[in-house]
Amino acid sequence: MTSLVIAEHDNASIKGATLNTVTAAAAMGAEVHVLVAGHNAGAAAAAAAQIAGVSKVIHADGATLEAGLAENVAAQVLAIAANYTHILFPATAAGKNVAPRVAAKLDVGQISDITKVDSPDTFERPIYAGNAIATVQSTDAVKVITVRTTGFDAAASTGGSAAVETAAATSDSGKSSFVGREVTKSDRPELTAAKIIVSGGRALGSSEKFDEVMTPLADKLGAAIGASRAAVDAGYAANDLQVGQTGKIVAPQLYVACGISGAIQHLAGMKDSKVIVAINKDPEAPIFSVADFGLEADLFTAVPELVAAL
Amino acid sequence: MKVLVAVKRVVDYNVKVRVKSDNSGVDIANVKMSMNPFDEIAVEEAVRLKEKGVVSEVIAVSCGVAQCQETLRTAMAIGADRGILVETTEELQPLAVAKLLKALVDKEQPGLVILGKQAIDDDCNQTGQMLAALADMPQATFASKVEVDTAGGINAMDKASVTREVDGGLETLSISLPAVITTDLRLNEPRYVTLPNIMKAKKKQLDVFKPEDLGVDVSPRIKTLKVVEPAKRSAGIKVPDVATLVDKLKNVAKAI
Repeated sequence: MTSLVIAEHDNASIKGATLNTVTAAAAMGAEVHVLVAGHNAGAAAAAAAQIAGVSKVIHADGATLEAGLAENVAAQVLAIAANYTHILFPATAAGKNVAPRVAAKLDVGQISDITKVDSPDTFERPIYAGNAIATVQSTDAVKVITVRTTGFDAAASTGGSAAVETAAATSDSGKSSFVGREVTKSDRPELTAAKIIVSGGRALGSSEKFDEVMTPLADKLGAAIGASRAAVDAGYAANDLQVGQTGKIVAPQLYVACGISGAIQHLAGMKDSKVIVAINKDPEAPIFSVADFGLEADLFTAVPELVAAL
Repeated sequence: MKVLVAVKRVVDYNVKVRVKSDNSGVDIANVKMSMNPFDEIAVEEAVRLKEKGVVSEVIAVSCGVAQCQETLRTAMAIGADRGILVETTEELQPLAVAKLLKALVDKEQPGLVILGKQAIDDDCNQTGQMLAALADMPQATFASKVEVDTAGGINAMDKASVTREVDGGLETLSISLPAVITTDLRLNEPRYVTLPNIMKAKKKQLDVFKPEDLGVDVSPRIKTLKVVEPAKRSAGIKVPDVATLVDKLKNVAKAI
């Protein structure tokens, strides 16, 4: 029994989600290998070798792997899949994109978004936007899994000394090509990795107000900014800030929800946060039912007051 | 060019599901069922492509119980030309659905298959990618913009440009057709179905197959052992003002 973790990386460094996935892989009770598939990704492979608990890193390097195209990355995983009983991806946009391709080619079911490992073939995962937790058992020989990163602690990024083995990059599928990327520039912490998140809802009323009210609070707390789907749909905030069932799943130390009513789809994305603060003028807002500290107030006065008091 | 759109019948978005007392699953008896919201976006996108003249026929497919016919009628009311139901009372998991869709892709030879990125019941986010792998097609998941390249004329469409929602921003891919696309929320806003269109949809062709007719084994690979309610958060307190809030955060929760 050996587990393979598909690293999430930017060729230069390993993304945090990889560390949580390593912890989930280690819970299978077997050796953990990490695949770094990229282009000029030597630094990322070296970083993967430092992760505590990893015994081997497989580094596949080639231009075909640079953009992380699903067809090529899946082929790379399949090239070495025969050596593994468990293949784990972080449940990020990239991991979710590739994992099912691997599972289908292996003719196995995939277990998505696991939050707990009960045994090497039995896992817990949320369904219905987290309104129920299912315990599921895979009957397939190989388990292809995506890992909800908030369900597992991050493995230590140092302390390991795995051997790095190189593998030949598979050839290009020829069926898709990368055109470009528009990355949202931000000095703030990444939403899924932030210790504090301040999140705004539809009550903000406009994109200008959203920035005007939320930015100073985020600056004061060194926080990432999130948003409810209602705020995103209304155009007040960018889509990649969306927290919820269909957006990002977060579990920071502190989550401050401002003008968010707390639809179940939003709660699904943040209710595992350690401390939740809700600021809302509607006393009946469902967000108060999950908040540790609820402040019933108009956010346009309460948030600036909070900024001043911090 | 034909487009195949997959639609799933799920518990309505606004229903808060309850876990059954014997922990065997969630109670979906007498609960409002609707088309999976992401699939509605998929149907809308396919119909818009047809309205632009890029697509000749939109075929909606659903896999599941007989009542999925209602879901297909909704798809046809949005504008799909005909429907196919693969009818079974067995539990269908994403791999099985992908295999059924693959069999229909072989039969219908569509230039594009559009699916929702995720069903809001099992939250799996697998079927589109699995279908792409089985049919050996390229994929563009989590699409927020789809443009079929018509430069070579309407009969020689062999490429599409798709903008995808990825962590930290957007990414654009060029994919060769036939291909699989899965939809994200911002791709479009589905139209409201009108009564005349609902009436028209009732007259559209709807074929029914069984998984056996398509030669697909749909046996589940993953067993659900139990389903429980998530751990509840203990109810917190209301604070009267900002000063108390800051005090609690600093001294009680030690969160700042």
